[in-house]
This record gives sequence, C-alpha cells and structure tokens, in this order.
Amino acid sequence: MYDFTYTKPGSLPDAVKALGAMDSKALAGGQTFIPVLKQRLNKPSSIVDLAALGLSGITASADGIRIGAMTTHHMIATNADIAARIPGLLYMAQHIGDTQVRQRGTMGGSLANNDPSACYPAAVLALGATIHTNSRTIHADDYFKGMFTTALEADELITAIAFPIPEKSAYTKFRNPASRYAMVGVFVARGPAGVRVAITGAGQDGVFRHTAMEQALAANWSPDALRGIVTPSVGLNGDIHASPEYRAHLIGVMARRAVEAA
Amino acid sequence: MGFEGIGASMRRKEDHRFLAGRGQYTDDMNRPGQTHAVIARSDRPHARIRGIDATVARAAPGVVAVYTGADLQADNIGGVPCGWQIHSKDGSPMKEPPHPVLAIDRVRHVGDPVAFVIAETRQQARNAAEKLIIDYEDLPAVAHLKDAVAPGASLVHDEAPGNICYDWHIGDKAIVDNAFVGAAHVVKLDLTNNRLVPNALETRCAIGECDPSSGDYTLWTTSQNPHVIRLLMGAFVLHIPENKLRVVAPDVGGGFGSKIFHYAEEALVTWAAGKLKRPVKWTSDRSEAFLSDAHGRDHVSAAEMAVDAQGKFLALRVSTLASMGAYLSTFAPAVPTYLSATLLAGVYTTPVIYAEVKAVFTNTVPVDAYRGAGRPEATYLLERLVDVIAQQTGIDRVELRRRNFIQPDQFPYQTPVALNYDSGNHQATLAAAMKAADWDGFEARRAASLRKGKLRGIGMSTYVEACGIAPSKLVGQLGARAGLYEVANIRVHPTGSVTVFTGTHSHGQGHETTFAQLVNDQLGVPFDQIDIVHGDTAKIPFGMGTYGSRSLAVGGSAMVKAMDKVIAKGKKIAAHLMEASVEDIEFKDGHFSVAGTDKKKALAEVSLAAYVPHNYPIEELEPGLDETAFYDPKNFTFPAGCHICEVEIDPDTGVVQVVNMVASDDVGRVINPMIVEGQVQGGLAQGIGQALMENAVYDADGQLVTGSFMDYQMPRAHDFPTMHTSNEVTLCTHNPLGAKGAGETGAIGSPPSVINAVVDALRDYGVRHLDMPASPQKVWALIQAHQPRMAAE
Repeated sequence: MYDFTYTKPGSLPDAVKALGAMDSKALAGGQTFIPVLKQRLNKPSSIVDLAALGLSGITASADGIRIGAMTTHHMIATNADIAARIPGLLYMAQHIGDTQVRQRGTMGGSLANNDPSACYPAAVLALGATIHTNSRTIHADDYFKGMFTTALEADELITAIAFPIPEKSAYTKFRNPASRYAMVGVFVARGPAGVRVAITGAGQDGVFRHTAMEQALAANWSPDALRGIVTPSVGLNGDIHASPEYRAHLIGVMARRAVEAA
Repeated sequence: MGFEGIGASMRRKEDHRFLAGRGQYTDDMNRPGQTHAVIARSDRPHARIRGIDATVARAAPGVVAVYTGADLQADNIGGVPCGWQIHSKDGSPMKEPPHPVLAIDRVRHVGDPVAFVIAETRQQARNAAEKLIIDYEDLPAVAHLKDAVAPGASLVHDEAPGNICYDWHIGDKAIVDNAFVGAAHVVKLDLTNNRLVPNALETRCAIGECDPSSGDYTLWTTSQNPHVIRLLMGAFVLHIPENKLRVVAPDVGGGFGSKIFHYAEEALVTWAAGKLKRPVKWTSDRSEAFLSDAHGRDHVSAAEMAVDAQGKFLALRVSTLASMGAYLSTFAPAVPTYLSATLLAGVYTTPVIYAEVKAVFTNTVPVDAYRGAGRPEATYLLERLVDVIAQQTGIDRVELRRRNFIQPDQFPYQTPVALNYDSGNHQATLAAAMKAADWDGFEARRAASLRKGKLRGIGMSTYVEACGIAPSKLVGQLGARAGLYEVANIRVHPTGSVTVFTGTHSHGQGHETTFAQLVNDQLGVPFDQIDIVHGDTAKIPFGMGTYGSRSLAVGGSAMVKAMDKVIAKGKKIAAHLMEASVEDIEFKDGHFSVAGTDKKKALAEVSLAAYVPHNYPIEELEPGLDETAFYDPKNFTFPAGCHICEVEIDPDTGVVQVVNMVASDDVGRVINPMIVEGQVQGGLAQGIGQALMENAVYDADGQLVTGSFMDYQMPRAHDFPTMHTSNEVTLCTHNPLGAKGAGETGAIGSPPSVINAVVDALRDYGVRHLDMPASPQKVWALIQAHQPRMAAE
C-alpha cells in the first residue's frame, strides 16, 4: 500500500472533522478496504479508524433492533435477540466471508461501501431498515444509489442501523464459486415494511427490489407463488461465473428457497 | 521404541517445525545489507518496447539500481534456457526462440519482466517501479490455441511461423489409419484440458548474495531442484562455474511442478548481487504469481478410437494442440509429448496408436509441468473416451474396461507408444475400488437422490502413469538435456547416528520421515538418530531434485545403493574386529554377526572403529563410514489404479457436489502409509479442483481474467467429501525398493472419474461430454439445452 497518515479519533465529531480533510477515508472493519489498499487501487492521504467511537453493539427494544455501525458480523451472527426476531439477518451474518472476516468486518462498513455483491444491502432493503448517521436518518429506500454509491455525504458516517421486526424473514445466497461473495442473494421479508424481496449480487446497479415477486408473495406467501415469474436478465451482471440469464434464473431458485426457509 | 521401518505410519518429523511456525522458508531469511527488488512487468499481452525512461525511478527515494534488458545484454547475460529439445516429424529441431531474462525489445505476455528495480526497502522499490515510463507499441496478441494456429495469426516469435514450436508425432499413421478401416465402431471425442495456475501456498522468493572477497555467489530460492538451478543458471545464464555458485532451497511450501523451473528472477537477484556487492531479495506476491509462475495443462485434443464389435479397442488416433505460452519453460516441450502421448495406451491392449502434437506459442504465461505433467492430460483423454465408447456401443463401462485391460500375466507389457510396463494388476485395483465405492449399490442411491430432486452420477477412471523419472540414456535420446539419476550420500557418524544427504528435495512430501524410515529399515538405526539433509548444493554431492514422483523410486534407490556400500565396508571392518572371514559376516537389524556363532558387533561399534581406527584393517581399508551412490533408473515406474467419484447435481442451480471419492492405487511398496494417503488425498483435491473448479481464463486479447482468487476458484476443504484411499501392491521389478511413486496419482487419475460421474448424472439429458471445469453455470446451461429423454419424476 501507499503511505498514509493514520488517525484513530475518540469521538464522532473528531472523526467527522478528520474525514473532512482532502483524500481521507474511513476505516471500519477493513475487510474490503485493506485488500484494496494492499493492491494499491486506492491512494488516500489519511485514514480515519472508526474503532474508538463506541459504535459497536446491539440493542433490542419493543419496536426493533438497533445495530451499531461498527458491530461485527460475528456479533450479529451470535446475538440471541436477532436469532429470535430476525432469523434471516442472523443467517446472513453467519454466512458472510469466513471466520476471520466475520470477526473484523462490520455492518456499517459494508453498507457504506455498498459493494454490489455484499449481503447486508439485501437485508436492509427487504426489512425496510433505517440508516442513522451523525447528521440524519435515511430510510433504506432512499439509501442505495447504485454500485458502490449511497446517499452518504463524503464526511457523513453511519452510526447505527435500526431494523423493524418482521413476521417472516429469510436469506438465501448463491455464492460466486471463486470469491464466495453473493453472486445472487435473495432476502425475503414480511412485516412492518410489507412484503419485500431484495436481490443482491445480481444487479448492475447493486441491490434492488423484485416487485413482481413481492406482489405474488403479498397475495400468497408460498414458494409456489413465485413459479412462473420470469426475472428479466436485462440490467443483471454477467461475468465468467454467471451470465445475466443464469443470474436471472438463480434469482427465481434462491427466492423460492428463501420463502421456504422463512 | 516401536516399529519404525518400512510400513510404519510414523508421524512426520517435519510437521512440528512447520506447525509451530519454525520453518525456514526463503522469505524468512534476511541477509546483512540486503536490498529489495521489485520487477516491473508488462501489462500488455504483446507489444514492442519503444523505450524505457528510468530517470525518475532511479532518482526515487531509496533506489539502489534500476536494470533493464539492455544492462543484462551489456553484461553478456544469456537467456533462460529450455531443458528439453523435441524434434518435429520432419526431423527438424523445435523452434527455440530467445527467452531474455528481462525483455529486450518486445513483451510477449502480461507479466513478462521488463525492469528490475532495487531499493533499500520493498516499499521504495515498488514506489520507484511505478515511476518507470515504458513506451509500448501494442501488437496483436493470440491467447487461445485455436486463434494462435489460425491462418494469418499474429506471431509471438518471428522465428516460429504459424506459432508452431514443433509438430511431433509418435506411432505409424498409415498402420493406424488402416486399422480404422472397417472397424465396427469409430468413436470420436474432442476435448479440452483446462489451463491451471499452480498456486503453491508459498509464493516464489529468491535472495542473491555475492561475497566480494571470494567472488562466491549464493542463491537462496524456492526450488524443487537446487542443483538443476545451479547447472542451468550457472552454465547458460550467468556463466558462473559450479565451484563459485551455491544454490540453497530451504523449506519450500509446495511446488506441484511450478518450482522445478529456472526462472528469470533467480538469475536477476544473483546477477544484481554481484553488481551491487549487496544481497538482493525478491518475493513474489500472489497477484504476481498468477502472472509469472508457469501454468499447467492447456491442451486441446481430438481423439478417435476404432473398436470391434466385441468392444476391443483396435486403434487410437489423437491430435493435440498444446500451449507453450510465450516462451519455453524448462521442461515444457516434454510435457505433451514424452510425458503424455506415451501414456495413450493407458491400461489397455490397444495394439496400434498414432498421436501428433503441435506445440504452440501464445501470448500467455509459459506453460510447463504441473502435478502429473502430461499424464493427467493423457488419462483424461483416454478415460473420457472410454466412457463415450461405452455410451455409444452400449457396452457397460466396467465390462468395456475389463475386456481391454492388460492382464496381470501380460507383464512386462510393451505398449505401442514406447513404454514398457513392468508390473501391475488392474483387475485388483478395479475390484477394490468398486467394492469401496459400493458401485453395485449405486442405482438405489441414484433413485434416492432423484426422490429429493437431485441427479446422482458415478464415474470411474482406470489409469496408469509413468513416473520415477527417468533412465538418463533414454531421456537423452528423447531430447532431455540432463540426466535423471539421483544421488545419495549416507554418512554414518562415529557413534552410529546417520545423516543422509539426498539430491531430492522435500517441499511437502515428508522426505525427512520417509527416508529416515528407509534408513531405519536397512541399517537398524533408530528413527530419531537419522537426519535427512536436502536442498543445498554446498552440502549434497549432486542431485536432480523432486518432481515426477521420483524421490523414493529414484532417490530412495540411490540411498539403498549407498547403504549397501556402507554395509559392505562395515562387513570388512566387522570381520577384522571379530577375527572372522568377510564372507562369514552377516548384517541384520543393525548388527554384524559371524554366521553360525553368537559373535556380533553393533553398527555403532563398527562405525566407531572406522573413525577411531586403532584396531582397524588400515592397510586395506580407508577409515570412515561415509558412502555415496548415484542411481540411474532402468525404466520408468508405473503406478496405476482405479478412481471412482460419485456426484450429486442440483438441477435447479447446476451445482455439482462430490459425495464420495474412492482411490485404489498401486504405487508399489509403501514406506509410510499415512504419508501416501496424504499425498493421494492432496492429488485428488487437485484433480477434483481441475474437474470442477479451477480454470485459468484468458480473454482473446491476452489479459488473464482469472488473475486472483476473486475469479480463480481454488478448491476449499469443504468442497471435498471424506476420501477413501487404499493400496493394492505389485512391486516395481527394476528398483531395489519395489517402489513406484505416489506423488501424482491423485491428480492424474481423478479428473476423468469426476467428469464421467457428472455425465452419468446427466444421462437422462443425453449429454455426451462437457469440458472441465464442470462449473455450476456450465452444468445448468447443459441441463437447459438438453430436454430430458424421459419426464422427470
């Protein structure tokens, strides 16, 4: 990696201030960012480590579960409240990366990066979660703006993600055979935000809602309701591992399996 | 102290060191005053270099030197040599274009070394390398075999018209063509053997050092054969005599062939260390390894078998295109020819065979031997073809194999493609594998899978390979530029402990354990009093290294020969000590005894007398007990066996899961069953990896699409079921151990068993063949394209 200055501020205002400097980047769990730095694909002049801001932790209340931005996948994957109330999110966290990644990677980091193959965007969008930042709240529907693009301003930091409690939730993932990222990930949910189906890994613009499936499931919450729904391959990613057509097909398979699991 | 000899599953001596992080790998070493080098590599598949401006790079912080091809030319440095010369059908030698250490005026693949940047730190060297201004003029590139041989294709080397390195053949075409006439069946199959990236756990590393007072050079390198590197680099590249060049290959973390070859980086660090009078270290990172370690496989073949009405194979005709990449790596020309086409008889009595191989230059990383080296390609071709013959003729695939097997009483068996198999029992390994795999119970398992909506298939491969390479005279006639004997020095110390100096090299094989067991067996010395030394040209008399599953069959045989000399000398000493005739001395279990008496002397007593020769036949015998032997094998060895793979396919996604893997192998005498099992399992993992996962993909323009683990699918532990391995033993008849070799069988035998199982799983879809790897997308697309012959239940 290239040389950079490193700071680890102890308060949110200090972190936001540090991020205001030219070419500075926030470091959360680093599971994407550090490999990018090692490959010299990014050249920030300074790195602001968010580890000392106290943003880690999971709080359950009557109307939902609030997850601090720096909460690791491992903490989510082993949390009893999430296990009991949002099993789809628990499963998702259990199946991100490997043990090492889950010990370091964070939900906030993943959402701020909005990799089109990341898992969490599907849960956030399908569950209708709210993104809390240092300056405002952003509803999931307004947050994802395309591949590696979000509604966040340059010096805006996610502090927490608030999830309402669904009646049903499940996530199924078809991994990229090489990288093990989601090649197609489908999160299905029924709850306060209605019936939602969010697809990650497949779309050229990142996570998206599958409205045809949502309507079918709203009428009849069963895997069979999804049979016959053809997902157009237009706008889906194609690479050596999966053509847009194959991804379109897998969306159907994964969605049926998710409904079955929910 | 329990049984520690041949046949004991001794725990590996070396593992504690490795597992505790106490291994000494090349990158673990740092020399006083060391500098760090980075190589600027071409990002172009094919381009003319108009110029290199290193002004800014040379002025960058910490930079010690920046070298380009011109600097090497000025020093009269030679090119990277090729170790094997093949002749074409017309008798002409293969095209052997120059392979400069650093590109001179053209780059020919992405990753081709262009400049060598040396600085005080690696970070500084990397920073400076980015400041080089290389002015390229792009040229059209050819990456795929069929594009490279198309009329009018861009030439990788002007010296090789049509991009053909050689056009070789074996067998009599007219006789074979004649055998096809009137055959009851002619079965054709076109297949691709997918290109692989070796990906040893430890990436390559090299440190060069020059002692300015003596002019002695030392190269520490991640090599499977340090003496070969010394020979090739010293004689052909740097012109340093052997006495001034020491090559050390310390602990090496996996090779699989990719660390056999002499690479440019080894010459660069050594040469630069001489220029700078400071040590120079280069360590490859993983991304660089994808672009600079020799790749494996990459063959495209058309095969045809003539078969009579009873299913007997009458004749085989094969035509292969084999990629050499952009330059000839050390063993590359031998791989598709003498290491592959000569295996096309397989385990069968096919009476006549004709094979032709065109080796082709492409704008890709050089291709060379990778675990199995040629034999996996031949085995895949033949064992896929046999299953297609079964499909086409309606003869059961097991029965078809049995009908064509070379029978146990036919050994030694002369094949029509040069090899002479000394021993084997294919019926025995087939029967053992079928029993272990419960072949006969498969249909019930298939029906059970179908009830869950899954497609289940079973496939087998009955293979033979040729290893334990190789008789020097023979390989010399076939074009090898080196001998392929092995060397052992057995040093019995004064108090009876033993150090073995071997020319083989261990980079995961467990030699420190296996060879100690061998010495324990022969000399009766306790296992923990035997040390194995390898990998240092300053310590070991000579050696050809480890590849081609040769270490035990050839290197172990050299040890036996040296130990025979130790015993012969020991008998003379013992005879003197016990005042008996040499003819009456027997050696057993570590003791010399006088036949018919209770008089005996332990080896340690004899060795002490040899080093403290007060009471010693000093007039007739030199002191000391230290013997060296060179062993040149009389023939290749021929491990064989049967691999059976069972898969389950999810028709909704195309995902293939290996649910059972059985290998029944005949590797000859087994010294350490646990180590053999580990070797076979590792080979099976690589074979299954090739069949289902691994694939090096170049786009048509010559960019490596799978340049990292983000796109190159390395197998993971959870991709494999428990593997069931077993051994049926027929002894090699021509080496003293009866050993055949176990390092590559897994990777050679298994890929066709996996694809045969996949095709079997898809039998209702009328699928005849699919090329490796059987990725989910490929299998799903096949299922989509083929309507089931019968309605799914």
